Amino acid sequence: MKAIVVENLGKRFGTLWAVRDLTFYIDEGKILGICGPNGSGKSTLLKILAGLLRPTRGMVKIYGENPGKHTKRVVSYMSEIDYLYPWMKAGEILDFAASFYEDWDEQRRKDLVNFLKIEEDKKIRELSRGMRGRLKIALALSRRAKIYLLDEPLSGIDPSSRAKILDALVREYRGQEESMIISTHLVREAEPLFEEVIFLKEGEIILRGDADELRETHGKSITEIFLEYFI
Amino acid sequence: MTLIQFKKFDESKPIYLQVMEAIKKAIIRGDLKPGDKIPSVRELAQELRINPNTVQKAYQELEREGITFTRRGQGNFVTEDQDKITSLKQEILEKIVRDFINELDSVNLNLEDIMDKIKEYMENEGHSSRKFR
Repeated sequence: MKAIVVENLGKRFGTLWAVRDLTFYIDEGKILGICGPNGSGKSTLLKILAGLLRPTRGMVKIYGENPGKHTKRVVSYMSEIDYLYPWMKAGEILDFAASFYEDWDEQRRKDLVNFLKIEEDKKIRELSRGMRGRLKIALALSRRAKIYLLDEPLSGIDPSSRAKILDALVREYRGQEESMIISTHLVREAEPLFEEVIFLKEGEIILRGDADELRETHGKSITEIFLEYFI
Repeated sequence: MTLIQFKKFDESKPIYLQVMEAIKKAIIRGDLKPGDKIPSVRELAQELRINPNTVQKAYQELEREGITFTRRGQGNFVTEDQDKITSLKQEILEKIVRDFINELDSVNLNLEDIMDKIKEYMENEGHSSRKFR
């Protein structure tokens, strides 16, 4: 079953096409890595899939539906930007999200808070960037969604928090009924997680494939192939 | 989980093949014995920080090769077929030798020189020949 189908998708801001003519799909239960430098269209694509931006042209289907109210119920989206209110406590933000989403799993939240060592009674302004990154991941993964869209979950974060976040992703990923898209320019750290990979450059797909098959045919790691394409 | 020893992934090769090989080696070493349960997909994925689907794929291939079998609801187990394990040893041995010879070829060394060197190395490093049954 296809979780996401994208056909000839384009998104223009003014005169600039952030995303142009993307066509791909994701089978249910896969982890797709979208790799590209800043400005390649990763965030725009994820926002469209999350139903936060309207396509200028082309088609997007999430389990057969256009992104919108319905699909937001099954899509858990983590934005790249730090949107957390500095005056709120970590626990308050988690409580707020819990009241907001029907698919919130309190047990999962507890596991994640525990595993990621999040201090719920601390205010956001007291948390390091790494900790805020961990909290964002906990917010996204505490939902029992069908699709997780994680925009740059590792960027701007210290190495130990990056490792912890990757561990949390492997722990919480349920496979089969759950699909995940992770966008990143930190390919080296994330590549063991990817089953499929898309390289985005200036809003276009320049490489797409099964991660292990790409390793086999190129005789190189995804990281090395990435460098080849982008340097 | 210490049964399966990973030095480090070589990410320039398919990861599922490396998972398969690590399990095969654990069986040959005797760290995993016939009839032993191998780690669950989730356990191993977490241990190695890789996609659980990749581990799943490796397990499917191992089963297809007859090296493991599944007991419904209980997990994956090492085959009890001794012939299979013997041929597995042979397969790994052949691979090691093939890689070794290829490496030698790539630097134009001949086998006789290398044989002497191996003997010398083994004596110096105190490797017991007992290990090479």
